[in-house]
Amino acid sequence: MPLAQATVREITALRDRYPHPRSAILPCLWAVQNELGYLTAEGMAEVASILDLAPSEVQAVSTFYSMYFDHPEGDHHVIVCINVSCGLRGADEIVEHVERRLGCPSGGTTADRRFTWESTVECLGACGGAPAMQVDHHFHENLTPERVDAILERLGSQPRPGDGNGAIAAPGAPAAERIEAPDAEDRPTPKPRTARSAPRKRPRPDASDL
Amino acid sequence: MAEHRLLTQDFGTEGLQTLAVYQRRGGYQGLREAFRRFTPESLTAEVKESGLRGRGGAGFPTGTKWGFLPKDTFPRYLCCNADESEPGCFKDRLLIDENPHQLIEGLLIAAYALQVNIAFIYIRGEYHDQRLLLERCVAEARAAGLIGDNILGSGFNCDVIVHGGAGAYICGEETALIDSLEGLRGQPRLKPPFPAIKGLYGKPTVVNNVETLANLPHIVQRGGAWFKALGTEKSSGTRLFCCSGHINRPGTYEMEMGTPIGELLDEECGGVWKQRSLKAFQPGGGSMQVLLPEHLALPLDMDAVAQAGSSLGAGAMVFMDETTCLVNVSMRLVDFYQHESCGKCAPCREGTYFESDLMHRLEAGHLTRDELSTLTDICDNMNGKCFCPLGDTATWFVMSAYQAFKDEFEAHCGAGSCPVRAATAELVTA
Ligand SMILES: Cc1cc2nc3c(=O)[nH]c(=O)nc-3n(C[C@H](O)[C@H](O)[C@H](O)COP(=O)(O)O)c2cc1C
Ligand code: SF4
Ligand code: FES
Repeated sequence: MPLAQATVREITALRDRYPHPRSAILPCLWAVQNELGYLTAEGMAEVASILDLAPSEVQAVSTFYSMYFDHPEGDHHVIVCINVSCGLRGADEIVEHVERRLGCPSGGTTADRRFTWESTVECLGACGGAPAMQVDHHFHENLTPERVDAILERLGSQPRPGDGNGAIAAPGAPAAERIEAPDAEDRPTPKPRTARSAPRKRPRPDASDL
Repeated sequence: MAEHRLLTQDFGTEGLQTLAVYQRRGGYQGLREAFRRFTPESLTAEVKESGLRGRGGAGFPTGTKWGFLPKDTFPRYLCCNADESEPGCFKDRLLIDENPHQLIEGLLIAAYALQVNIAFIYIRGEYHDQRLLLERCVAEARAAGLIGDNILGSGFNCDVIVHGGAGAYICGEETALIDSLEGLRGQPRLKPPFPAIKGLYGKPTVVNNVETLANLPHIVQRGGAWFKALGTEKSSGTRLFCCSGHINRPGTYEMEMGTPIGELLDEECGGVWKQRSLKAFQPGGGSMQVLLPEHLALPLDMDAVAQAGSSLGAGAMVFMDETTCLVNVSMRLVDFYQHESCGKCAPCREGTYFESDLMHRLEAGHLTRDELSTLTDICDNMNGKCFCPLGDTATWFVMSAYQAFKDEFEAHCGAGSCPVRAATAELVTA
């Protein structure tokens, strides 16, 4: 499926922003992911053609960065930090709680495909509000199991993308127009709900790969 | 010496994120003065005189770094390093959230001193809202003639591009940042040539941290000599310390350099929580060596902390109370490096993998003493032998903790569970 016109326009504008078009790869991949929810081979090929690169060059870049998805995820993406500062203030308890509540292990997606969640060793930069997590890129700090429940409850009871809810931002709108008000953090992001997916496996230097 | 609010002085002002309020508080006066009172050369000299040292971790003198750019080679580039991903650090996020225009003003001042016409802000992917905020502020500044051609009638042109990353700690390393900005996998480059000679697109490039740049409006307005008088002889100015862990008031505190660490802990952080005592702390961020309660008397001074065998690094302070298991903490940090190793060189790619495997088994109490001794071996084979500092620093905390808490590490061997947890269970439930 070709990318939406607005996304193509955004990618073209991004290309023209840099002294060298190739520099636009990361923001262009964000534009694709914002529209589709993950990076498709076709989407990356379109980026490649606009930037005048081989599709394999774009793909090779995409796999280096942990925030791009290579398959569809749940409507909402929850990341719980388990680095030191969060660990010292109860991150393990939060992780256990999220796992129990969502009913799938880290990296998994709930059966209703509303949530994908993972614990991460990547410090999120919120250690002063530890334990912390991000939901759809927004910070939630000083977590307790009760606060986690409230957040997930609110998101889980929302109308879903594709349910005819008009509150969804137009995909591919220029970034500057997509600035969310702080209280709009639970706005659903449009994501396709196609085939079921296995838990995301992060590339990791494993003895068997070498 | 105590808390001293310079970069954070206007924090909390309603609407400070807008150009109007920032200017009402005296914003962009530094840039105006830079154009009026300084040539690019004299501005670089002023920054040298201020003694400002980089806040990104290495503490390199900023003016000296700027001086490395070859004369007459253009174009040149400037990158603000807002990739902040060091475990324990969250000050750059605060500087952006609270006062984004202060950073943009500092960036423009540096661009003028360096005669750069395109400046980038590379911000980590996780700081999504912060990137949108910066983009909005850049647009606002551009509309007001503060970014673009002939800024404020000075004849100086500079564009600013906000560039979002996508989840890779290594992209904070300056040459990896440059690779990432060029649209490559963000892996470090061999140095030399240093970025100042051959950086972005093969051109002279300066990479500076957010906090480093945010100091510049103040240095221009109040003078290098004034800044130099603040803090200690070799660590001038203030620094933002990100305090977290087992303390009563976690948060970011701006301190004059030279203040004793204990004062930061007691006065600002409200001391160790739950009336427990301090067992250890980590200054500088996840890369740096562990320090002990006896080191609380040290001043917040880069050289003094370096002499004690650690570093102020990127300004983190993670405090751990008496119930903390240092094996567990080391395991989390080792996992972080294992996850973030870019895979370019074998000692780090393989070494962090073995480290992580050993630490997980040690933490669970399943390692034998013989196996524990391989930990030192592996770290010896990494430290100083990796392609970039990530691999070296992946050994620093765990090795320093092993040295300082040898008994604790050994007690885990074959214990089948965490002995520290068992020994402190009463305290934890009390
Ligand atoms: C693995 C690694 C990660 C780094 N991460 C950051 C970072 O997130 N932010 C930063 O400012 N500097 C980081 N640095 C330091 C940069 O390489 C560089 O020294 C710094 O941005 C220079 O800015 P300064 O002179 O203003 O401190 C990192 C270095 C290494 C080796
Ligand atoms: S030390 Fe690690 S992060 Fe640095 S180049 Fe080698 S593999 Fe990459
Ligand atoms: S350790 Fe969790 S946000 Fe930094």
